[in-house]
Amino acid sequence: MSVLVYIPSNNVLPKAALETVTYGKKIGQDVVVITNGTADDAMLSTLGVYGASRVLIDRSYEGNDPQQLTRLIANAAKTCNSSTIIFSHDVIGKAVAPRLSVRLKAGLVAGAVALPNTDGTVKVNVFSGKSFGNVQVNSAVRIISLLPNSIQPEQTGSSCSVETFDGQVGSTSIVVKSTKKPEGEIPLPEAELVVSAGRGLKGPENWAMVEDLAKVLGAATACSRPVADIGWRPHHEHVGQTGVAIRPNLYIAIGISGAIQHLAGVNGSKTMVVINTDPEAPFFKAADYGIVGDAFEVVPKLTEALKKFRESSH
Amino acid sequence: MLHNISVIFVSRKLKDMKILVCISKSPDTTSKIAFTNNNTAFDENGIQYIVNPYDEWYALVRALELKEAGGGQVTIITVGGSADEAVIRKALAIGADEAVRIDADPVDAYFTATQIAEYAKNEGFDLILTGKETINYNGSQVAGMIAESLDLPLISLATKLDVSDSGLVLERETTGGVEVIEVSTPAVISCAKGMAEQRIPNMRGIMAARTKPLQVVSPVSVETLTAFVSYEMPDAKSACKMIDPSNMDQLVELLHNEAKVI
Ligand SMILES: Cc1cc2nc3c(=O)[nH]c(=O)nc-3n(C[C@H](O)[C@H](O)[C@H](O)COP(=O)(O)OP(=O)(O)OC[C@H]3O[C@@H](n4cnc5c(N)ncnc54)[C@H](O)[C@@H]3O)c2cc1C
Repeated sequence: MSVLVYIPSNNVLPKAALETVTYGKKIGQDVVVITNGTADDAMLSTLGVYGASRVLIDRSYEGNDPQQLTRLIANAAKTCNSSTIIFSHDVIGKAVAPRLSVRLKAGLVAGAVALPNTDGTVKVNVFSGKSFGNVQVNSAVRIISLLPNSIQPEQTGSSCSVETFDGQVGSTSIVVKSTKKPEGEIPLPEAELVVSAGRGLKGPENWAMVEDLAKVLGAATACSRPVADIGWRPHHEHVGQTGVAIRPNLYIAIGISGAIQHLAGVNGSKTMVVINTDPEAPFFKAADYGIVGDAFEVVPKLTEALKKFRESSH
Repeated sequence: MLHNISVIFVSRKLKDMKILVCISKSPDTTSKIAFTNNNTAFDENGIQYIVNPYDEWYALVRALELKEAGGGQVTIITVGGSADEAVIRKALAIGADEAVRIDADPVDAYFTATQIAEYAKNEGFDLILTGKETINYNGSQVAGMIAESLDLPLISLATKLDVSDSGLVLERETTGGVEVIEVSTPAVISCAKGMAEQRIPNMRGIMAARTKPLQVVSPVSVETLTAFVSYEMPDAKSACKMIDPSNMDQLVELLHNEAKVI
């Protein structure tokens, strides 16, 4: 019986990959990683450091069609006699894990936030982060998709072997025409630090100071829903109950009132800082650190203070 | 309104599509979440149910736009008890032509998706649309499960859906970016923000919804693969530490030494 971890085709190892391998190692001895694409052996072998016993890669397939990936992973699960299969609960995990669940008749725990409990149930995020549920799996094989930033990668071993694997992915009916990837941006769901702003900023022209702050921190930027709806910021920055749900280590909310729908998507953040002119803003009830003040004065000061701190700690 | 622009690109080739839109109920977004029976069940006391926003705003409205541009039929389907008919009527008021209710408690995603797939398999739908997830269970599971059950392609987290000569043109989220893709019908699509804009039902729609066909279908026998056995609330936050707006050095110090996040 092995634990199988799927890692999306990529030429760098994202933190989510290290998180899922670490998670796998904590629930089983024999952790096999399955992946596809062009990643080189040297990079993949470092997954052993995080607990993998070996890595299987299908180099003949570079795509990300959920139907084909499902076949690849199902074949690997059969070869490895896997009892648990782990994904990151990201764009690929959300598409592939449910398909695999049907294919293998294996119960899917979607959006796990912690290691399995002693009774075998797994804690997941429900009600858009307003609470948690504990899910029991009734089938012999289980699938777990892990919310990014739920556990820290841990180095426990040494490099492992990398073997080619024929996933027999079959044909696809999806043709990818083009891919747009914003350069140098940190994808929001994986970001450890997030700077977010709302309608309190009054207009899109005022976002330079938010971006400056994010840059000094190395943070991703986010926004409240009305800000995305009126087109001040792109939709993919919209966080909350009807946007992206995030759980970074640090969430800085600037000029955001803290409506229940906004909080739902961000209250998994480990530390929250709120900057708001209104001392009665509901966000202060959810925050760890609060500053009652005008964003236009406070944010540049915070950026300066961080610059100083970064310089002195180098 | 922005959504009208994309409607123009609907070509004449893929006309009269049969579209199935999967609808789930979810608690109103302002709901206070609580649990009963020793934290084993969701407390429905005082909860108002709405159509899950992703299903309504994006999947249903885009289906209606495609029908308005190219003809066709929009059917909504939900797995739920008779109490869910209020939510079904709301979706009909927005403009769906007819509704199907599978008369069963949607115990887990696998059960729900299998019921929908069983119904859909002989109905010849060109498109099966879902919202990207429900706002209560956030699983993002049903679309993928339907697709696998019916052996159809899945385009998940689609932010744009148009019809071209040869099939469908979509945009979908990828890790940190967007992909433009083409796929032929039939296909299963989970819909995310960007695909359409919310529509408010008007009086005429609400009146018409009362007499639109609502078919109640018996469930097939399906095992469940998972169960929620208990719930818990997040730990209570300790009080917010207030910091003087002129003292950002203190905030940086606290973030570094106390919160240890920078
Ligand atoms: C079904 C539904 C779903 C929703 N989903 C979401 C969601 O996913 N995400 C989301 O964000 N919202 C969501 N909303 C909207 C939500 O209810 C709020 O309306 C929204 O979050 C408010 O955005 P805001 O805080 O940016 O704006 P506002 O509520 O207008 O708040 C602006 C804040 O800025 C402060 N401010 C003003 N000037 C300054 C200044 N100079 N410096 C500092 N602070 C200043 C004000 O005191 C105020 O607190 C949803 C609503 C509904 C009905």
